[in-house]
Amino acid sequence: MIRAIASEWRKLTTTRMWWGLGIVLIGYVGFTAAMFAGLFGAVAAGLIGADAAGMNGSPIPEAVLPSLVYSTVTAVGYVIPLILGTLSVTAEVRHRTLTPTFLATPSRPTVLVAKLVVMVGAGAALGVAGLVAAMGIGGGTLAALGIDPQFAVADTWWLAARVALAMGVWAAVGVGVGSLIQNQIAAVVVVIAFTQFVEPILRLGAAFWEPAAQVGRFLPGAAGDALVGSSIYTMVAVGPATVEALAWWQGGLVLAAYAVVAAAAGWATAWRRDVT
Amino acid sequence: MTGSTIEVNGLTKRFGDRLAVDDLRFTVRPGVVTGFLGPNGAGKTTTLRMLLGLVRPTSGTATFDGRAYRELEAPLRTVGTALEAASFHPGRSGRDHLRVLAAAAGLPDARVDAALETTGMTEAGRRRVGGYSLGMRQRLGLSAALLGDPGVLVLDEPINGLDPEGIRWIRGFLRALAAEGRTVLISSHLLTEVQQTVDEVVIISRGRIVRQGPLDVLEARPAVLVDAPDRAALAAALAAAGLESTAREAGLAVLDVDAEHVGAIAHAAGVPLRLLQPESGGIEDVFFQLTESEYGAEPAATDAGTGATTAVTA
Repeated sequence: MIRAIASEWRKLTTTRMWWGLGIVLIGYVGFTAAMFAGLFGAVAAGLIGADAAGMNGSPIPEAVLPSLVYSTVTAVGYVIPLILGTLSVTAEVRHRTLTPTFLATPSRPTVLVAKLVVMVGAGAALGVAGLVAAMGIGGGTLAALGIDPQFAVADTWWLAARVALAMGVWAAVGVGVGSLIQNQIAAVVVVIAFTQFVEPILRLGAAFWEPAAQVGRFLPGAAGDALVGSSIYTMVAVGPATVEALAWWQGGLVLAAYAVVAAAAGWATAWRRDVT
Repeated sequence: MTGSTIEVNGLTKRFGDRLAVDDLRFTVRPGVVTGFLGPNGAGKTTTLRMLLGLVRPTSGTATFDGRAYRELEAPLRTVGTALEAASFHPGRSGRDHLRVLAAAAGLPDARVDAALETTGMTEAGRRRVGGYSLGMRQRLGLSAALLGDPGVLVLDEPINGLDPEGIRWIRGFLRALAAEGRTVLISSHLLTEVQQTVDEVVIISRGRIVRQGPLDVLEARPAVLVDAPDRAALAAALAAAGLESTAREAGLAVLDVDAEHVGAIAHAAGVPLRLLQPESGGIEDVFFQLTESEYGAEPAATDAGTGATTAVTA
């Protein structure tokens, strides 16, 4: 198992995929964090009227602004580790490298578990890179506006740890998706469609009806947000249904369950097929 | 260095309705180069993939000294494999491809560099595989096979795509590996390609073995090309005499007989001939004759040869 993990780690670090996605994440998260920090910060600091910013006269309190800005790493960036994890499986199918992989490690479950382990690490590393961008650029913007970026507060770092963990679990979910849908294009299309359209619509719809909202808490994106405990989506939550979000650890377990169930389903179906 | 003995026992693979590999039985011994021959589509690659645990057989077993590939404790140190020239990530360097495998097998990077050195890939190994020629991919595949210094080498079409110098080199190299006591199994769809390299052959056609044994089982086999204005009557006369014939453009090819015998059969049946020609019985002719039915109607030889001496025509 140790050897399979070492092999998977080398696979990850010997192509340009990981830093390509890393740059995209840093750019995306850095831009979003700066925008949020700038806009909401300016409102909170009284530089822009809350009405002018379209916030109905209720500025986001200064105290929660930093966590909102820093959690953009997962709020907008979680799709990046999800895709990295997916590609870790589908790229092997596409380039037919499952053949040498299984020749070197004939135990296929071992390969799958090694991918999960390595991707949790890689996703967390992406999370750290995203946090550097969000806390550096977003925190810097807040400080420039005279708002405390709360770097001295323990809760800020506890949030950062949960963000990194969530990014790792998202990458593991990606491994599950990739092992289930082995066609690279199909897998990426499903990931984008689900994360960008299907789930946001479901979450929004569920917010209007209590029983649906009960179930909606268990959607992967909702579970991920619960794990982090702060997200722009929960901040701007709409709808009359008031359902308590999952606790952070419950959210983490639900998200991890998605990864495990998807990987197990992939193992039971596509992963066992003949490699030709 | 003594390689394992490969034992293929009743190996069968069915894809839907199609029987791709049908009850193969053969043994590959250490110390010699064994050619696994047959036309494209005969089932060679499927057989090798079953041998290596990549494709699940419908029935039968394939083992290395009695153990299936998946049961090997150190697979890359036991069996070195080069299956196809395309199994590389184009964005990864050749050397890194080997380092990925080395990590999985617990081998040091020094083995990677040694394997690249052996195949003359030290320079090219630093570049990404996406820019490789077919010949370089073949060499990289061979480097991967040599990574664990294994006692058994299983190479699928290793000569395909090499330049003449590369072909000469690999022939000598494979012979040297066998001389060290290793087990060497190479597949090819061209007999001439491996004729100077192999000691033993296993020939398959349509998923079935048509001939196996030392290379010389293919040689010195008399054959006759015969034709008559009424070819159907001639074929019937030959069949009545217990001889199987294969239709060719110039006439009917008959193996393992001399011209005199064929002439006598035609005469006795009252079929006038227009051609009766002893063939050289060249090794390539025999190979074609054994396998040409791949694209024809019925196989000339359906005898699943159980030994070197099995006659093709029953």
